[in-house]
Amino acid sequence: MEDLRDIWVYLSASPLLHLTLTLVAFQAGNWIYGKSGKNPLCNPVMIAVLVIVGMLLATGTSYEDYFDGAQFVHFLLGPATVSLAIPLYRQFDKVRKSAFAILASIITGSLTAMASALGVGYLLGASKDTLIALAPKSVTAPVAMGIVEQLGGLPSLTAVLVILTGIIGAMLGPIALNLLGLKDWQARGLALGTASHGIGTARALQVNEVAGAFSGLAMGLNALATAILLPILWRLLF
Amino acid sequence: MLNYLTLIFSCQLAGELARVALGLPIPGPVLGMVLLFLFLVFKGGIPEQLASVTGGLLNHLSLLFVPAGVGLMLHFKLLGSDWLAISAALVVSTVLTIVVTATMMTLLTRSSASGKGEE
Repeated sequence: MEDLRDIWVYLSASPLLHLTLTLVAFQAGNWIYGKSGKNPLCNPVMIAVLVIVGMLLATGTSYEDYFDGAQFVHFLLGPATVSLAIPLYRQFDKVRKSAFAILASIITGSLTAMASALGVGYLLGASKDTLIALAPKSVTAPVAMGIVEQLGGLPSLTAVLVILTGIIGAMLGPIALNLLGLKDWQARGLALGTASHGIGTARALQVNEVAGAFSGLAMGLNALATAILLPILWRLLF
Repeated sequence: MLNYLTLIFSCQLAGELARVALGLPIPGPVLGMVLLFLFLVFKGGIPEQLASVTGGLLNHLSLLFVPAGVGLMLHFKLLGSDWLAISAALVVSTVLTIVVTATMMTLLTRSSASGKGEE
């Protein structure tokens, strides 16, 4: 028994354990996602997060200890974002042809995201801190946190809402689009990237390269649109 | 292979520096994406080895969000007494945004692509 505990103490101090846990949990999520016929409700990120949070709570491990290992995966988000230039370049003829439609759709989507989040939150009596954090929820986390900080809100709450929005969009977005018969890959990708940033883009890339390219583009442009429009909208409203 | 990995990291680093230096409201990696895109335009194509490096990263993009997602466990109490308003706002607003953006894009591209098609 002593030996077993020694091994546990040794392993939990090394980044390898939580790095491996992250990969294994994600593989499990991906396996379930594949088995379900790529059903968006079986989102692999959501499954992996639930499995890992369950394990950490069960073993009394703190997020900081977990992140010591998981940071190596997290770090790759930056280079992966840079890599989105490749699908964008491949699809650039399509982008150029519908440049006006893309800009108009993203700006409309950006305003819809902010106004509807504020509207529903306000009607249901959310506090002012919550409302500020809700407004940029569709934008990639570092930008959303920056905007909220500038408006005097809580960046950490914003980070939570951004991630939840990504998962919700990746899960429910494809279902809503199918129900409405919106089948064009450009439109689907653009919508996922505008509403649910990188997590939506990851889902779009898995399904179709055109959708992935448009989603990555929308994620970048909506970050810019929201950073410019939200402070103006906020001053008008409050 | 290593060349292109270095190129990707350099684009990100240059993006971060540009963001700080110019005070831009866009994250460094997104600016890095623009820089890499300009590199491809300049090059006039996608080098095969670059495509294999970026393919490896992008094929598993979902995985990279898992550590941040696990961070939800720290902050769930921040949702506090507003959890109902928050859940409703997130679901309604996210789905609405997706539907509005996709509808708008579909309508705009349809009317410009099929000039004299029925409207």
